[in-house]
Amino acid sequence: MRFTLRIWRQNDEFAGLRTYTVDDVSPDMSFLEMLDVLNERLIGEGEEPVAFDHDCREGICGMCGMMINGVAHGPARATTTCQLHMRSFADGETITIEPWRARPFPVVRDLVVDRSAFDRIIEAGGYISTPTGSAPDAHAVPVPKTDADTAFEAAACIGCGACVAACPNGSAMLFTAAKTTHLGVLPQGQPERHDRALDMLATHDDLGFGGCTNSGECTAVCPKGIPLETIGRLNRDVLRAATRSGRG
Amino acid sequence: MYVTGDSIVDAKAPNGPLEKRWEQRRFSARLVNPANKRKLTVIVVGTGLAGGSAAATLAELGYNVISFCYQDSPRRAHSIAAQGGINAAKNYRNDGDSVFRLFYDTVKGGDFRSRESNVYRLAEVSVEIIDQCVAQGVPFAREYGGLLDTRSFGGAQVARTFYARGQTGQQLLLGAYQALARQIHAGRVEMHPRTEMLDLVVDDGRARGIVARDLVTGEVTTHLADAVVLATGGYGNAFYLSTNAKGCNATAIWRAHRRGALFANPCFTQIHPTCIPVSGTHQSKLTLMSESLRNDGRVWVPRIAGDTRQPHQIPEDARDYYLERMYPSFGNLVPRDIASRAAKHICDSGHGVGPGGLGVYLDFADAIERMGKPAVAAKYGNLFEMYERITGEDPYRVPMRIYPAVHYTMGGLWVDYDLQSSVPGLFVIGEANFSDHGANRLGASALMQGLADGYFILPNTIGDYLADGPFPVVSGEAIAAVEGDVRSRVDRLLAVRGDRSPDDFHRELGQLLWDHCGMERSESGLRKALSRIPSLREEFWRRVRVLGTGDSLNQSLEKAGRVADFLELTELMCIDALHRTESCGGHFRTESQTPDGEALRDDAEFGYVAAWEYASPPVLHREELRFADVTPSQRSYR
Repeated sequence: MRFTLRIWRQNDEFAGLRTYTVDDVSPDMSFLEMLDVLNERLIGEGEEPVAFDHDCREGICGMCGMMINGVAHGPARATTTCQLHMRSFADGETITIEPWRARPFPVVRDLVVDRSAFDRIIEAGGYISTPTGSAPDAHAVPVPKTDADTAFEAAACIGCGACVAACPNGSAMLFTAAKTTHLGVLPQGQPERHDRALDMLATHDDLGFGGCTNSGECTAVCPKGIPLETIGRLNRDVLRAATRSGRG
Repeated sequence: MYVTGDSIVDAKAPNGPLEKRWEQRRFSARLVNPANKRKLTVIVVGTGLAGGSAAATLAELGYNVISFCYQDSPRRAHSIAAQGGINAAKNYRNDGDSVFRLFYDTVKGGDFRSRESNVYRLAEVSVEIIDQCVAQGVPFAREYGGLLDTRSFGGAQVARTFYARGQTGQQLLLGAYQALARQIHAGRVEMHPRTEMLDLVVDDGRARGIVARDLVTGEVTTHLADAVVLATGGYGNAFYLSTNAKGCNATAIWRAHRRGALFANPCFTQIHPTCIPVSGTHQSKLTLMSESLRNDGRVWVPRIAGDTRQPHQIPEDARDYYLERMYPSFGNLVPRDIASRAAKHICDSGHGVGPGGLGVYLDFADAIERMGKPAVAAKYGNLFEMYERITGEDPYRVPMRIYPAVHYTMGGLWVDYDLQSSVPGLFVIGEANFSDHGANRLGASALMQGLADGYFILPNTIGDYLADGPFPVVSGEAIAAVEGDVRSRVDRLLAVRGDRSPDDFHRELGQLLWDHCGMERSESGLRKALSRIPSLREEFWRRVRVLGTGDSLNQSLEKAGRVADFLELTELMCIDALHRTESCGGHFRTESQTPDGEALRDDAEFGYVAAWEYASPPVLHREELRFADVTPSQRSYR
């Protein structure tokens, strides 16, 4: 297979799209392996390789992510960029590759962005305060299977940032709600449930992420299929928190 | 090739009865009072299960913690990719499990090349880990009654593996990450993401800090502390193709080794039997399919060599379920080293399937018929989807094709019972150390060890060392010397301007290692590798091409530094493999096998840990392994 790639290159001197072609692409190659091939060639030609974030290459670490033809993580549903394979594209196609675009995610270089804002949101309350050694026996508190499954479904978030990149408002509500849902449906997470929701949401807003207008673009591109209802749960928790504690 | 130095006589485990040793050590270890903890700083490098849990726990205890990871967030460390589960001797199933049985299975699974004291402690602590993780909100799989579900794994006949679908590592890591985030928020941990440790600062005989490079700005900085903890994972990426993340590397442990830390059993590497086969020369990494799949999947190949029929066209009597045939009592659940070698042999004899004949089937047809498709999907759905995304084949209809791949390294920096290396003040935890898995790790034991080290063991033992602190100011010369070394190395890599990329060298090194220091090792093969590695290393420093500069994000430069270290470490791996003329666990020497083709140990000659000192040639220090509570036997899973 053969492709024309329009790739966003950015460093201190230049920011814009550059066009490259790649030949001899196998349909069994992953999208990142196709970029590896390009990079090896660029090194040979004396051009600096395209910088992109990636690590596990099995769709779980959340490190990779790029806009591929305008879609976060590209055309395959529920698939990270590293798990996208070239068989999803037509031979001869032109593919445009850009970094996540969002104010709280500044571009570091080429396709690499700074997503540390996500860490700030978790630090604001995305945990259960249980110092090592303080835990009761694991079976002390049974958890209904349906609650455990709901928690798991939300906890599967990999923090890649596709939801933000896809959102017309640059909102990170799906990311934030995934964590408040994960912890908020478990009995262990109840004591901090409402403060957690308020604190995480306030941090989300302070970091410059936009508000949610229910466009649903986030869940459509989410590689883990985090459902939109999680945002509803977060909003309910925030509302309840305000009425309970006078905070909010 | 190597010289022999003094033996290691004391690994600092208490002498009492096995089940009392950990309690004894915790009692004898000195404590640091809360006011003094505030004056002490600990550096933790790496934020996987071991590093993340250690950094969080040390901060909870009141120490000042500085934490580092090369990823853009501590949540991305490669522990996140562990799929199958975590072992614990809870015996919730009443199926005969106990701390002693988990201990016994782990020592036996490791082919009697690990320390009894360490492994017993690991089994003891395992039960607390599950409690801790549940309290943190880790969403383990549950039964309809609301209690935790478990499943069985290779090398065990009880169901003691707790899991969260096929994403157990992710959920446990997020638990540790969240605990760490809480401490960062509280100002107890200073976090440095996208920062890579490039050397260790040793002053006055103590590990006192690290020199690290900020991967975004290129700035090289020294960070000082009263103790340094390395939790930087294994060195499986030496093979280029492995199930490790692309960034996993050995630089931190190798640089510490060069500064005096002994490296133990470097040749003990684990080749995992169930990975997706290589699809072409572009392959950049290999993907594991969880061992848990062997609970319900059946491994087979065509009985007739070279049978090119589609799997569904091959009738039952023309299939060879070779693991069930060869190992009737454990069947498809034999330990990883045995399953991998069996796959290699069956493929070498021409029965392999798929491209190049390097694959065997893992078939779920019987499980789907027995349990129904929804039940299979509930258990393994995400793994099936991952397989389909990568191969384009639907494993509900077509059996998976699998082949062994490099997965884990049992070897690592030598540590004593306190997890302290041979450099005072340098502690090593998780996969980066060598401590608990002997010559072969059992499935679901890496997560157990990482969290045991980080949550429960290190935080209890490090205090005994820190009780002598705070230590005096580190000399300016010591810092300048190490910083100078790091800067000149970075400059050298950029100055070569050769004609081969770092990946090109890495691929060649990896293939060499896979061919000669992989699933089977022989004297002639190892000697071949040992003659090629030094020349490849020399060529690397003459021909590597790293473009760009050192003062900004430069991924080629990062890679080149890691490959340079692999080019040194792999030589030690081959020397270790050559010197150990016995077979044990994952280390299979063709010269040493039973009539059935199983690994033949030589306890009299090799019942020791090989701890290597950095020198030219390397110096071997032996630590004899004594077995008082189990009797080493030839492992049998037949």
